Amino acid sequence: MKISSIEDLKKIRERASVHLKPREQSDHQDSSATCGLKKGTPKIQILTCGGTGCKASQSHLIADNFKKLIADNNLEGKVEVITTGCFGFCEKGPIVKIIPDNTFYTKVKPEDTEEIFTTHIIGGKRVNRLLYVDPKRKTTVSDSKHMDFYRKQVRIALRNCGLIDPEDIVEYIARDGYFALADCLLNRSPKAVIDEIKKSGLRGRGGGGFPTGLKWEIASKNQSKEKYVVCNADEGDPGAFMDRSIMEGDPNSIVEAMAICGYAIGANHGLVYIRAEYPLAVERLKIAIKQARELGLLGKKILGTSFSFDINIRYGAGAFVCGEETALIHSMEGRRGEPTLKPPFPAESGYNGKPTNVNNVETFANVPIIINKGADWFASIGSDRSKGTKVFALAGKINNVGLIEVPMGTTLREVIFDIGGGIKGGKQFKAVQTGGPSGGCLTEKHLDTPIDFDTLTAAGSMMGSGGMIVMDEDNCMVSVARFYLDFIVGESCGKCTPCRIGNKRMLEILDKIIAGNGTMQDLEKLKTLAGVIKDTALCGLGQTSPNPVLSTLSNFWDEYVEHVRDKKCRAKQCKALLTYVINPEKCIGCHACAMGCPAGAIEGVPRKPHAIIFSKCIKCGMCMSRCKFKAVSVV
Amino acid sequence: MKQNISLIIDNHKVVVPEGTTILDAAKSIGIVIPTLCHMNLKGTCADNHPASCRVCVVEVKGRRNLAPACSTACTEGMEVKTSSIRVIRARKTVIELMLSDHPNECLTCPKSGKCELQAVTQHLAINETPYAGELSLRKKEMTASIVRNMDKCIYCRRCETMCNVYQTVGALGAVGRGFNTTIAPSFNRNLKDTDCTYCGQCVAVCPVGALTERTYTDQLIDDLENPEKTVIVQTAPAVRVALGEEFGNAPGSIVTGKLVAALKDLGFDYVFDTDFSADATIMEEGSELLERLTKFLKGDKSVPIPLMTSCCPAWVNFYEHNFPDLLQYPSTARSPQQMFGAIAKNYWAEKMNIPREKLVVVSVMPCLAKKFECQRPEFATNGNPDVDYSITTRELATLIRRSNINFETLPHMEFDNPLGESTGAAAIFGSTGGVLEAALRTAYELHTGKPLPKIDFTEVRGIDSLRTATIDFDGFALNVAIAYGLGNARKLMEEIRAGKCKYHVIEIMACPGGCIGGGGQPLHHGDFEIIKARQKAIYEEDKNMPLRKSHENKSIIEMYEKYFGKPLSEKAHALLHTHYSDKTIKY
Repeated sequence: MKISSIEDLKKIRERASVHLKPREQSDHQDSSATCGLKKGTPKIQILTCGGTGCKASQSHLIADNFKKLIADNNLEGKVEVITTGCFGFCEKGPIVKIIPDNTFYTKVKPEDTEEIFTTHIIGGKRVNRLLYVDPKRKTTVSDSKHMDFYRKQVRIALRNCGLIDPEDIVEYIARDGYFALADCLLNRSPKAVIDEIKKSGLRGRGGGGFPTGLKWEIASKNQSKEKYVVCNADEGDPGAFMDRSIMEGDPNSIVEAMAICGYAIGANHGLVYIRAEYPLAVERLKIAIKQARELGLLGKKILGTSFSFDINIRYGAGAFVCGEETALIHSMEGRRGEPTLKPPFPAESGYNGKPTNVNNVETFANVPIIINKGADWFASIGSDRSKGTKVFALAGKINNVGLIEVPMGTTLREVIFDIGGGIKGGKQFKAVQTGGPSGGCLTEKHLDTPIDFDTLTAAGSMMGSGGMIVMDEDNCMVSVARFYLDFIVGESCGKCTPCRIGNKRMLEILDKIIAGNGTMQDLEKLKTLAGVIKDTALCGLGQTSPNPVLSTLSNFWDEYVEHVRDKKCRAKQCKALLTYVINPEKCIGCHACAMGCPAGAIEGVPRKPHAIIFSKCIKCGMCMSRCKFKAVSVV
Repeated sequence: MKQNISLIIDNHKVVVPEGTTILDAAKSIGIVIPTLCHMNLKGTCADNHPASCRVCVVEVKGRRNLAPACSTACTEGMEVKTSSIRVIRARKTVIELMLSDHPNECLTCPKSGKCELQAVTQHLAINETPYAGELSLRKKEMTASIVRNMDKCIYCRRCETMCNVYQTVGALGAVGRGFNTTIAPSFNRNLKDTDCTYCGQCVAVCPVGALTERTYTDQLIDDLENPEKTVIVQTAPAVRVALGEEFGNAPGSIVTGKLVAALKDLGFDYVFDTDFSADATIMEEGSELLERLTKFLKGDKSVPIPLMTSCCPAWVNFYEHNFPDLLQYPSTARSPQQMFGAIAKNYWAEKMNIPREKLVVVSVMPCLAKKFECQRPEFATNGNPDVDYSITTRELATLIRRSNINFETLPHMEFDNPLGESTGAAAIFGSTGGVLEAALRTAYELHTGKPLPKIDFTEVRGIDSLRTATIDFDGFALNVAIAYGLGNARKLMEEIRAGKCKYHVIEIMACPGGCIGGGGQPLHHGDFEIIKARQKAIYEEDKNMPLRKSHENKSIIEMYEKYFGKPLSEKAHALLHTHYSDKTIKY
């Protein structure tokens, strides 16, 4: 069936909303009264997370088990399993949600399905052992609404993730999907669309923070018969999965936004550049594109207008630098994935030399809802110069690892301590790394900084695409800088001298420091190199590549000096700087350490305190783990 | 109409047309910003501006980071500082980084003294290398023509531009990522396993010692010292208009007489001229053209028209590798180098009664592909090559210096005879359009039996890389095309393949401006004006010759009378013509 008018779209929405309403309503509800078939609940929906993370924990088997139980009990009309996109709370996955009572089960295993089914779905009683336990209050919380993790979140880009079946375009339409496109095509001029986006204050979520409306406007003004809309889905920051989750959980929002962008700038071709390591996202995108084509929402003369638009997928091989738009375009053209100088900007000369507008996945995900709810609504969220929300992949030494979306202007403290639930194991917060490998490490003193594009840059880091890695006292900041630099050295395309050789030399200096051979002169060299690379590298990635080093040098200078001058690593991470010692007062001479030492570096007679021969010690830590009397320590 | 833009560079006001780069704007007021990767042979498509070396960075007021002068366009009111402390520090650090991944074997590097990295290092007064570290290990390879020592590569990618954009050969490109990136054939194969034509343009533009020619000078010295051997030399037309540059003469100086004197001083037994065999080439190729045209005009559609020249060995390699289906079009005439070898080791050797194995034929060429060409098996008899080896203009200059010959004070000497006599038609072989013009001079007179009304075919001259003309060939409108750069050759070949070619004769040369811009010539360091000056000298040389048509060369006439009979005779076919074969690389 082809949709040829807004009425057709409305009919579909109406039909599907019956199906979707319970989910939408329950999302705002407390889960006080449990549902159950025995209690007379007419219809129950079981939502299982179908994101990559939960799938890796066998969430597909959970869904299969439920489906089998439904079939075995002949409950097809009454109970339904829906595989959704990511719920965000990956730390506690796989997640299973029961609608209409909004019960949120965590860490569900395939073997738990039967109990949930019998006790809850049929019996109407919660399976308490699978409920979330609030780490602060030590009480169980049965719905997401009352979890700190969700309380401060505002889900705009993730509005449909964890709610709809991403493989069914009808569910997307039920959530007002494609109404924004219809509104643009039928009621607005391309210029009006661009003005709306400009007014909303939406800025590029890929890292640069360039105003999206302005970008569209520039592309729209470049005259050409052929123009392209490119979705940058080459999410490359280590540990980041914002874009992947959106594509897996709500692929149609990308398809719709690309079509809107195509209409606005005068392009008829869309290309999604996605890394081949994202098979599930690729699969869901393909389904979304196919379904949109079938319904006539992509293709020739969409909704009976003269506008035609179609989307194709291009695969990337996972090179980090291909997230840079010029490198991305070259890669799509079949050329070497390396950046070229701007100008010319892609808006003038992009894919195949044609005007091209490149936006990142999350940026696109915001577009349809801005059209639907209006620029003013969007601009009312967020901070002064950064509007709307930002999705972050929260990771590291934090209690609640997962995908979150918060209004711009939320402080780092709120994200880390309220949403993130604080530092794991009650340890001390040390730093938070934002912006991926090009970002920087911020400290305690930055915790009350509101997060937006400008404040993070001013603090010496950047928004980046939204990676956020929390570190505690056990993290050595020199090693952290080394980790990111190692990533950069591996991912440098090799084109310009400062990035190709400069970062390699910085890495060598950090290695030297970590090995205990650093000098104060090396620290000066690091500063010079980092400064010159920032000042001279060709592309944005090169220019920001020294950020992890620069920000740790400025925020953790003492720690560098300790490594170099005192040959000490306070986090006890740098092996070469550690000394294992046996406390003679605690040692009872049991000889267990000496028996375990692979290097024969421990001497001592039984029942007398032992000692480590430093020249032989290989710092493997075996003695420490063998000692039952805590006599071995590291200094 | 481009608007003018005014800006301030180092406190000087500059007005330049819109689109001018900071580099060019600074140059216009005498401020030379050092560059490494930048190269623009203006007028050809050889424009390399990756902006990747970051040596030319300058400070632009209001800009967050430094801007590469080579590819940043001037804007109205811009304020530029080309040598602030920030700029010098950045530039120095960038070079120090390059040196940290460079073998620094300047003492023994063949490029020493002409190396652009060395020059920038000296310019910035860098006296130490503070960032020592791991060296990226890259491949070394030696072919008949080109030596690749990629440890020295600074990744400017000029060679890649020449190979891919200018020649469309695609033998060289960036391989690998990051620190270990290298410029190499795909999958880091050897050059000999690719479509490399050995044109040597990669060598001609390499700023450092990463790509150099394979030298044969040591072998030459051994032969010259060997009393058992008669060593003779031929020198190509483009050598005499460029060699002087190596000794401080202005580009375009004609040093033919000194060249002969130097070769005699070096100890060659006979100093001959490739111009002689260039005249022979015209006799053969011109006759071939006439033969094909006559048949064609009689309506024989099976005759391959256009006839394409075949003097350029890189071009020969190019069509054998890329157009095996079109091998009937190029003339079967051997190149002047190989004709000379065949004539010397047969006609002349018989005449002089010198056994083949005791005769060494050396060529001095502006070309690297000639080194490969003379090693082709079809140009050898019983394993003894017609031309034993070929050295470049640059190698000859090195040899002259090494032999303590004072080039300045050398007398002007004449070539030996008979293989040293030549005409102006041969002299212009060194420039783009020259072979075609020489062929037209002879073909016209042989065809019509009338003297040419005007010797100069100015319509085929010029420096544009693709030129066409229609010549009144005694009433017949002869369509000709002249191209240099294998990229242009590819376009013409594709026209032929598509049946859309409207030309009767096509001249192709691989190098910019023809042989004068060859891979073995003194380095132009990106200055195309040098090549233009050489071209001017070529036509000057022609104008000064008493005879200017190949068929008037007395020694040529005598050789045909006594030895070959007439052009395209059976003997001429055996010694002066060749055949081509499919050399497609199967990847």
